[in-house]
Amino acid sequence: MAAIMLAGIHTQDLRKIYTSPPPMAAGGGFGPRRKGKDQPAREVVALDGLSLDVRGGEIFGLLGPNGAGKSTTVGILTTRVRPTNGKAWIGDYDIWAQQVEVKRLIGVVAQRPNLDFALTAREILLFHGAYFGMDSRTRAARATELLDRFKLSDRGDQLTRGFSGGMMQRLSIARAMMHDPQVLFLDEPSAGLDPQTRLLLWEIIREYNESGKTILLTTHNMEEADALCQRLAIIDHGRNIALGTPAELKASVPGGFLLRLRFGAQSSDLIDRLKTLNGVREVRVNNDDNGDSNADVYADRGGSLVSEIASLAATASVELSDVHISEPSLENLFLHHTGRSLRE
Amino acid sequence: MNWKTFWALLARDAHVARRNFVPLILQTFLQPMMFVFIFGRVMVRSGYMPVAYKSLLLPGIMAISMIFTGVWAVAMPLIGEFQFTHEIEDRLLAPIENHWLAIEKVCFGGAQAIVAGLAVLPAAWLLLRPGVELNLQSPLLFAVVTLLVALLSACGGLALGCSINQEKIGLMFSMVLTPMIFFGCTYYPWSALENFPILHKVVLVNPLVYASEGLRGTLVPQFPHLPIVAVLAGLFIFDLFFLMLGLRQFRRKAVT
Repeated sequence: MAAIMLAGIHTQDLRKIYTSPPPMAAGGGFGPRRKGKDQPAREVVALDGLSLDVRGGEIFGLLGPNGAGKSTTVGILTTRVRPTNGKAWIGDYDIWAQQVEVKRLIGVVAQRPNLDFALTAREILLFHGAYFGMDSRTRAARATELLDRFKLSDRGDQLTRGFSGGMMQRLSIARAMMHDPQVLFLDEPSAGLDPQTRLLLWEIIREYNESGKTILLTTHNMEEADALCQRLAIIDHGRNIALGTPAELKASVPGGFLLRLRFGAQSSDLIDRLKTLNGVREVRVNNDDNGDSNADVYADRGGSLVSEIASLAATASVELSDVHISEPSLENLFLHHTGRSLRE
Repeated sequence: MNWKTFWALLARDAHVARRNFVPLILQTFLQPMMFVFIFGRVMVRSGYMPVAYKSLLLPGIMAISMIFTGVWAVAMPLIGEFQFTHEIEDRLLAPIENHWLAIEKVCFGGAQAIVAGLAVLPAAWLLLRPGVELNLQSPLLFAVVTLLVALLSACGGLALGCSINQEKIGLMFSMVLTPMIFFGCTYYPWSALENFPILHKVVLVNPLVYASEGLRGTLVPQFPHLPIVAVLAGLFIFDLFFLMLGLRQFRRKAVT
């Protein structure tokens, strides 16, 4: 059963239109609204034809801003959200048509905590194991091992109501791993974790992946995507706008370095001259309402360009009011593809 | 159908109920016992109520306890877990079709209602003695009615729990359950409404009427009560209606 041993994820043209407000974890932000005479006003397009192909055994990241459709994608892939159109598979199983088989293969860490408050940490793991038909001896051993691995042993027999956010998050991840799923979904796994715990989590995720498991995680943290994911899809407004390894994606940004400039006045002449500077690959201009002119300069060098840009501006008698340099990063990539910052 | 998972879901609910045993007991017994004490003892002893009222009251108290327990056991956790804690999500990801989780809730709530009903019966009987005349003629019929009443409470709880917003819980009690109890022929037989012809007909849409009249008809048949066939039909139809409605609402909550 090779398909089961290394279960991949495949989606084909997924669309999701919410007619009521999207659930909390799948939104907050809103995609473009559809306007039409006979369409209810509240329709929100969360996914707009998303096709993905996650290989079995890889760590795959969905990177995008809030409201991009990441949580909706995870919701559909974990049977919790019904797609409006399109299909999705885990391994060979059609997610919508074969939910029980799919649920057996997956472990899910939701974005918001959803621990069973009526149970202790250990009981949460034990009952989760029981739902998946694990026998009691295996369950007990696995629960102890996970509590230990996630540094929760000393709180194992307490109710989770009083747990800190970080502890709840660790326990949620431990629970998702309890039945040893072939595919692990982590929706914003490191949100709210302190740096140390984040490193522990990354280590655990890598280790789990090395045992042949597929991992899909969503994040809007570039550092995490860069450090952890073997491949990434950048999604925005429910569409896949770029796909590749972090290195490939970063290399796809012209030059790699990004200099964001702001001028006191517009000057097309200056922009033309900027394009002729050595190392500059692309210049994008956008004028804001205040009459200021912003230019994004993509180049294969960073700081050394600043003095040349400054002298060009002085020659054109345009005031250079701000310069911001960023090194090759997924943030630049996102900006390059969408014209928006990932943090916006 | 995956029995191991279903059993584990039941075990989880039983475990939680065990943990909350004392509040659960108080919640189930306190109100009906106080009612039994005041109306069945204080009022009767002081001569405001005839002694026969004790026997009339008992089935009604049993019906209230069962309905309250079942609705509470199913609806309250569902409201909280779907809307506030989201703790049901882990069970929705268990390898079983989602509707089995709803059915599990109904089974568990129904079992709790049966326990409540069967426990209230002797407790109230003890508190009311002497003067209570129970005439259990057909234990089988009593068992069937009790089972249907338990299912009514649990299915009703499912339908309510999946339809009502968290902030409207108070409203659910004051607008749904309280009128149901007062117009549910719990403290009086249905025939007592004959002097109010409109009300006499209107209360028949209240499922609790069939529950209290059914228990009255099987426990104290010496009092006037609805024909048992009507009781069985009414309970069965309401059970089915609330189950279907509840399952539909549950599916809507479980999947967006």
